[in-house]
Amino acid sequence: MGLIEKFLHNLKAPHWGVHPDDHKRPAADAPIRVLPLPARLYVPLQQHVGQAARPIVLVGQKVLKGQLIGEPQGRISAPVHAPTSGTITAIGDITAPHASGLPFDAITITSDGLDQAIEVDVPADPFALSPTEITNLIAAAGIVGLGGATFPASVKMALGKRSEITTLIVNGGECEPYLSCDDRVMRDHAADVVDGVRLMMYGMGAKEALVGIEDNKPEAIAAMRKAASHFPKVKIRPVPARYPMGSDRQLIQTLTGKEVPSDCRAADVGVIVNNVNTAYCVHRALRFGEPLIRRIVTINGGAVWQPGNLMVPIGTLAADLFEFVGLKSEPARLVMGGPMMGTVISHANIPVVKGTSGFLALSEEEIPHSEAGPCIRCGNCTSVCPIGLLPLEMAARVRAGDLDGASTMGLSDCISCGCCSYICPSHIPLVQYFSHAKGDLWAQERSKLKMEAAKKLAVDRAARLEREAKEKAEAAARRKAERDAAKAAEAAAKAAAAATESTATTTETVS
Amino acid sequence: MLAAVTSLTALGAILGCGLGVAARKFAVEGDPLADEIEAMMPGSNCGQCGMAGCSAVAKAIAEGSATVTICPPGGKALATALAAKLGISVDLGDVVDSGPQIAQVKEEICIGCCRCMKACPTDAVVGAAKQIHNVIREACTGCGSCVERCPTEAITLRPVPVTLQHWVWPKPEIEAEA
Amino acid sequence: MSEYFFLLITTALVNNVVMVKFLGLCPFMGVSKRIDSALGMGLATTFVIVLAASVCWNIEHWLLAPLGLGYLRLLTFILVIAAVVQFTEMVVHKMAPSLYQMLGIYLPLIATNCAVLGLALINIQEKHSFVTTVIYDFGSALGFTLAMVMFAGMRERLSLARVPAVFTGAPIAFVLASLMSLAFMGFSGLNFK
Repeated sequence: MGLIEKFLHNLKAPHWGVHPDDHKRPAADAPIRVLPLPARLYVPLQQHVGQAARPIVLVGQKVLKGQLIGEPQGRISAPVHAPTSGTITAIGDITAPHASGLPFDAITITSDGLDQAIEVDVPADPFALSPTEITNLIAAAGIVGLGGATFPASVKMALGKRSEITTLIVNGGECEPYLSCDDRVMRDHAADVVDGVRLMMYGMGAKEALVGIEDNKPEAIAAMRKAASHFPKVKIRPVPARYPMGSDRQLIQTLTGKEVPSDCRAADVGVIVNNVNTAYCVHRALRFGEPLIRRIVTINGGAVWQPGNLMVPIGTLAADLFEFVGLKSEPARLVMGGPMMGTVISHANIPVVKGTSGFLALSEEEIPHSEAGPCIRCGNCTSVCPIGLLPLEMAARVRAGDLDGASTMGLSDCISCGCCSYICPSHIPLVQYFSHAKGDLWAQERSKLKMEAAKKLAVDRAARLEREAKEKAEAAARRKAERDAAKAAEAAAKAAAAATESTATTTETVS
Repeated sequence: MLAAVTSLTALGAILGCGLGVAARKFAVEGDPLADEIEAMMPGSNCGQCGMAGCSAVAKAIAEGSATVTICPPGGKALATALAAKLGISVDLGDVVDSGPQIAQVKEEICIGCCRCMKACPTDAVVGAAKQIHNVIREACTGCGSCVERCPTEAITLRPVPVTLQHWVWPKPEIEAEA
Repeated sequence: MSEYFFLLITTALVNNVVMVKFLGLCPFMGVSKRIDSALGMGLATTFVIVLAASVCWNIEHWLLAPLGLGYLRLLTFILVIAAVVQFTEMVVHKMAPSLYQMLGIYLPLIATNCAVLGLALINIQEKHSFVTTVIYDFGSALGFTLAMVMFAGMRERLSLARVPAVFTGAPIAFVLASLMSLAFMGFSGLNFK
């Protein structure tokens, strides 16, 4: 690259973000392998944002592949299906793929090895269906955003219906180092992805689809261009490779030039973002009736013998995956997701969920060993922040316990991408400060809501007690009045009787 | 001499009268601050602070005779809000914030006497005579009024269990001093 | 006219009552942890200074000087100041209860703020006219508020900084105050001629 070209390239490149070593190859160059069916699958009930699914099977029950085993509850939720045929052997706790390492509910299925699928009717031509039917089918298939946010896809489409959606952006950015599941699905299933994109466009009434792919994936760009050549509405757009290009707001800005305001959703600027893997799942669901029961997972890292991408049923333990690819050495650190935003996990008995993009087994050389030092106010964090925040100032406020101060500096806009922590020469865990502060603010918000609710309950109770006392008093008064009336009537009757008697006597006397 | 005494007396009298009129004019009815504070309190009048109801506590806080950390159901969040309102700094490290708590009924010992139900300021206990009672998690403020009422000690306060939805990232350890 | 303007500038900046004359240091250190309470204190003190000093000037001019009661000056002035502070306290209590709570003991302590008495006495010493007195006091009070707010702003920033343990709290605040004072010395280079 000549100096001038380089200069122009730099000029065009976004002014935010970082560019870590991507470590994607050779894993990205190996075709997708299919994992042999594991003996046991642990299917969590909460694999999406929103309320957990409710189990509708009993222990001991036999299920078929693709059978509904957990139904959605609440407005934002998603169903869960059996990834293979077999017997339900337990419904109970398993370690969640979460930084806390806390347990959550999962349905354990012991496979019968037959992998027998349930029979479903597949629409002959999905484009003959109405957009609402498409959304319903996507909801029933339990499809959630596979980029990692796991927001139910159908709810996203329904939210989009409220505002006019012109553009569907398909996220093939995959800016996280090490991961290549999006790259691989575009290379191996380009036509299916394009079909899924067209189905989603139809479902939400978008006029065009922009597929953003980072320019470090030339093979995926070529494959997708070829697959989309017959569909002018589906446009393949290479974007500069820069972390966090895969974040929806950054991708929207790069592709459309529109900036999503801080308190709005992408839909408010007429855009909806979906991952390429989500598009692939939509294709599988609408063309083959296959709900979201398997996904492509990247297994990578220095400790892995044969890194690559695997097609894995949901609920497989990470340990089974590592066994399949083989480990060179005892991994120094296990990570779920990418190294920038992923979660460090303490053991490998953690199931693959819908949002799992990969598992990394990192060797000793790959993990940073450095103590956090004092802030030297170099300002690197402010120049890489994709949102334009001041991480050093925000972290200082969080450290001093001034959460309100941090909020006024835009804490809630932080996307926890980790650029600031990555670039910090003093290795300050900036993003952890923000995660902590956001969690704390949420907890405060929750306790405030609870207090308001309690106040209302107390007021209602006082009103109820008062009403009851009043009713009691009224009832007592009524009873007393009735008693009095009865007494009076009795007395009157007696008097009347006496009167008649006396009249009678008088008459008698008279006569 | 006379001039000095007269003038000082006159001055004192004038200023005194002025202040008297002003005191009449700017008289503060009730304590507006106490009202503002009362609006912030939980309002369940649970009595855990040892005072008669939330308005009494609000008055005490406004007068400064009670600390902002007095309200156990309000916890850290309320203490911070009150400290900000009053412009005082409070060392939250000292707050015995055992974290939010909720009541729990031990089903083996509950005899279904309905006493706790009547004591609950937020109607969080459900049940009927001779039936096992239960506590509605969302409505319980952890005030503990029911605990003393229970004849069989079947009600205990337990910290709200941490779930995935409630877990908060820990604050990073402070970096090595420069 | 420009004379009065220069008087305002001189009193507020060049001869700042806190930073150069070192009057009123008690609230300067005491109520400067937060900008809003510092501003409230500054405004309350401004009100007291202007009102007390103009009343004192009138008493001196119409009562004490004609009767030759100069020796009662201190006593009378303190009487006036105390009354004005009482009055201010009532007004603040009524109008801004949370500011009243925030200022706490420092509100009645305005009575002992040496800037108030000091300015009232300086007016007599310098033989100011009434208009000059009002402007002189208003400028000084403005300077007081300015110093308070700036100092509070710096202390707010300071609470985020990692101060060595021995310096936390008052010591670092004193260091800061001395640096600010040095900075205000720079204004003495202003030349209006």
